[in-house]
Amino acid sequence: MKLKNSFVRQDSDDDNDLDEPMRSKIMTGYRFQLNDTLLEAQNSGALWVERSQLLCVSDLHLGKSDRLARNRGVLLPPYETMETLSRLADAITLFDPKIVVCLGDSFDDPLAENSLSETERDTLATLQAGREWIWIAGNHDPAPVSVAGQSKIAYSTSGLTFRHEATDNSFEISGHFHPKHKVPSGRLRPAFIHDTTRLIMPAFGLYTGGLPVKAPELQKWFPSGGIAVLCGGSRPLPVPF
Amino acid sequence: MAGFLPTLAALLHNKQNGLHTVYVSPLKALTADIQRNLLKPIEFLGLDIRVEDRTGDTSQTTKRRQRVDPPHILLTTPESLALLLSYEEAPKIFATVRRVIIDEAHALSESKRGDQLMLALSRLQAISPQMSRIALSATVDQPEALAAEIAPSPAQTKVIFADPGPPPDIRMLTSENRVPWSGGGGRYAIPDILDEIRRHQTTLIFHNTRAQAEIFFHHLWMANEDDLPIGIHHGSLSKTARAKVEQAMVNGHMRAIVCTGTLDLGIDWGNVDLVIQVGAPKNIKRLVQRIGRANHRYNAPSKAIIVPANQFEVVECIAALDAVRDSALDGTAKAAGPLDVLCQHILVRACSSPFDANDLFEEVTTAGPYKGLDRKAFDDCLNFCATGGYALRAYDKWKRLRQDDHGNWSLRDPRTAAIIRMNIGTIQDTDTLKVKMRGGGKLLGEVEEAFAASLTPGDTFLIGGKIVRYDALKELTVQVSRSASKSPKVAVFNGTKFATSLQLSERILKILNDPERADLPEKSKEWLNLQTQFSKIPQAAELLVESFEHDGRQHNCLYGFAGRNAQQTLGLLLTHRMERTGLAPLGFVATDYATLIWGLDRVEDWSNLLSDTNLRSDLEGWLAGNTVMKRTFRSVATISGLIERNSPQQRKSGKQATFSSDILYDTLRKYDPEHLLLRMTRSEAIAGLVDFGRIEEMLDRTKGAIRHMHLERVSPLAAPLLLEAGKIPIHGEGRARLEEREAEKLLRAAGLG
Repeated sequence: MKLKNSFVRQDSDDDNDLDEPMRSKIMTGYRFQLNDTLLEAQNSGALWVERSQLLCVSDLHLGKSDRLARNRGVLLPPYETMETLSRLADAITLFDPKIVVCLGDSFDDPLAENSLSETERDTLATLQAGREWIWIAGNHDPAPVSVAGQSKIAYSTSGLTFRHEATDNSFEISGHFHPKHKVPSGRLRPAFIHDTTRLIMPAFGLYTGGLPVKAPELQKWFPSGGIAVLCGGSRPLPVPF
Repeated sequence: MAGFLPTLAALLHNKQNGLHTVYVSPLKALTADIQRNLLKPIEFLGLDIRVEDRTGDTSQTTKRRQRVDPPHILLTTPESLALLLSYEEAPKIFATVRRVIIDEAHALSESKRGDQLMLALSRLQAISPQMSRIALSATVDQPEALAAEIAPSPAQTKVIFADPGPPPDIRMLTSENRVPWSGGGGRYAIPDILDEIRRHQTTLIFHNTRAQAEIFFHHLWMANEDDLPIGIHHGSLSKTARAKVEQAMVNGHMRAIVCTGTLDLGIDWGNVDLVIQVGAPKNIKRLVQRIGRANHRYNAPSKAIIVPANQFEVVECIAALDAVRDSALDGTAKAAGPLDVLCQHILVRACSSPFDANDLFEEVTTAGPYKGLDRKAFDDCLNFCATGGYALRAYDKWKRLRQDDHGNWSLRDPRTAAIIRMNIGTIQDTDTLKVKMRGGGKLLGEVEEAFAASLTPGDTFLIGGKIVRYDALKELTVQVSRSASKSPKVAVFNGTKFATSLQLSERILKILNDPERADLPEKSKEWLNLQTQFSKIPQAAELLVESFEHDGRQHNCLYGFAGRNAQQTLGLLLTHRMERTGLAPLGFVATDYATLIWGLDRVEDWSNLLSDTNLRSDLEGWLAGNTVMKRTFRSVATISGLIERNSPQQRKSGKQATFSSDILYDTLRKYDPEHLLLRMTRSEAIAGLVDFGRIEEMLDRTKGAIRHMHLERVSPLAAPLLLEAGKIPIHGEGRARLEEREAEKLLRAAGLG
């Protein structure tokens, strides 16, 4: 398999026009290209598309603890929505994107949207202020959401299509599977997985499990392997699989 | 058996319908054994008395019928009893109960299963106030304390002592073959053990772990040239495989059985006239229990042989033998009843019918372990069960329990009862997968999920004494086929690990430092002399630290003799300190007598790392973030009903694996640090897995004296630790460096670097 990778950093001339502190922050990302568009996978699990000034996160699963309490009587610590939003706020502060794309399963189920507390609603509204916000429909939240922002099945820009679940089309960025991977001696970590035709994003939400890259559901999309970018360590770590 | 005589007499004279006696034992195998023995006289005398067991193995139809039409005598386990009490019919089922018999009471009392049982009995007593309690135990060190725990507070108890019989005939095996420096299998002793099997009617061969039992059985079988009938029995095997071995043993067709803890408790069958213990028994009580298996005939001394698996265990065995001769059983002080078990009990109670909080508080405080429970702690538990007990945001809308107009508590949604029932129990078994022969073949047993995940098709492992080849994982079953291979990939599924008791550790240190070493075999003396030449013998009054390079890593071995749990805590505390001071530790492993730490850099100043004020002040801060706490949290959260056990059905339906409980732990620490579950986790970890008391005992004993030896290579005493399983990696700077190196190597190998 051949991949066009630019492993980062000083030698890349794309970020010459950035000021120094900003540049050093972005350096924490792992850069690669999909359909000639430069993408940067962040350690947080967010994706930065500089050409479109777009930040993408997948599978937030907001309101998950509420759904579990409602449906199963399981009372998990109800703080995951706040924590996920606060991590999203960090990513947004870092890049100040023009567009934010939430790649589906943003809400854990249609009722979860109404379960947000006042504070959580306010936080979300603050994050949305002054930028375009796109909710892609997922299997957990198939219907258009009522909070601010546009609801779409898919969204295309910079030669790439953003949708919740992968299809046979090329140059897609999708989520849904919550991929995880590890180096042989390491721990399983949330991971971006990509080859030259597609990218599958890790889950950004706090209470989310994961599917190992070698699971058949994921292997199917990468018949000749690819690169997994492990998140949550000291920096994003690219590993072939 | 004697415990049942009053029941049989009562039922003979007064025919009664419904349940008369409940028998509770810690083991399923024990209930089957008792049932067999009880049915013999009942059938012989033609009595109209129904005896049935009810355990996790009982069929669904029988379970359903038992709820409507219970037998006279019910044989069960604490978990199944709690489950029965959770049904609406519970008051009807148990109203007629006169007697409850608790077998192997000391074994139950040692764990949360005992606390669960005592709470269940408080409920049972409320349903049937005339019920009397009978507890049986063959090896209890403090009978009065145990009696006080089991009796309904503040009732009277009577302790009856049986004639202890003649002293046990118990010795250590002395083999012609060399006892290895390290390893745990006892393989070297197979010819000697076969000789013993030939000389005896039936021999039980105990191992400390299932994996060891499997490997030993495999080699024993290959050496078994006379084709003696030999079987294997442990908890990972299928119920049919176990039943077959048990039956053959009852019929006297077995000459030897290789087994683990599943056969451990008071099962007295057939003609067992010899017990062999391979590997040092970790506490003396276990040893006595095991030799009790041989020759249960009154007045015949029990006969047992201990087979040390490595040189160090020779010393351990001698210490254990001395202790048995001195009749010094390990004493353990019992802590107050844990609150996670109380939470589970409250939920179970709510499944059965609405309850009044005052009544339930009074009821649970009649249970021995909970008689000192204060109302505030009880209310905290009730609040946790009802709302989750969160400080910042309560589930007012989706409460699990709600109060009706009369103030009675009940389930908000009756459907949650099914989930609560599925999660009854306090045993934290790791998730296991069934192992089956491919093509609809027979069930061979179970392996741990983590082990199954480590297999790739073609790998071989041992189960039920057979070497099998892993083919595929299909519908949560490990599919295997027969393999002709001679050397399997080791079966690493875990067995139970016990910490050596304080008493035994003291005895071991004494033997090591006895100048004569008169009790030791020649080869062990040579081994210890080698250690003396090469390094030092660990002493009670100083802490020996050995430093050497091995495999490109700097190794440090600390001989604290504080027991496995405390040595593990020491490893966690020290690596945490090392990480902070830039010493880049990579991992550690602990045994009962030492902790081995390895890293990228050499460590010179141990006295600073080991200063007791430093260790003590580190404990709190360090506790919060470590893996032991996370593991304890997982157990506490499961028992108290916050998270569900992963049921097979659930894993089948859910495509994505459930997220780790570590995430819940971190979230609570950040948003709700004083939450009930975190308080429970902290106190449990400090007393249990952390075992800080033993570290303090070690620090008091050594008073800061450290003997630091720089060695050219690994010492005789440190060698076993290099092979020890259960190594704990440190996820810090050192590992981050290694992870990056590894990732770069993989990229280069793929031609991308």
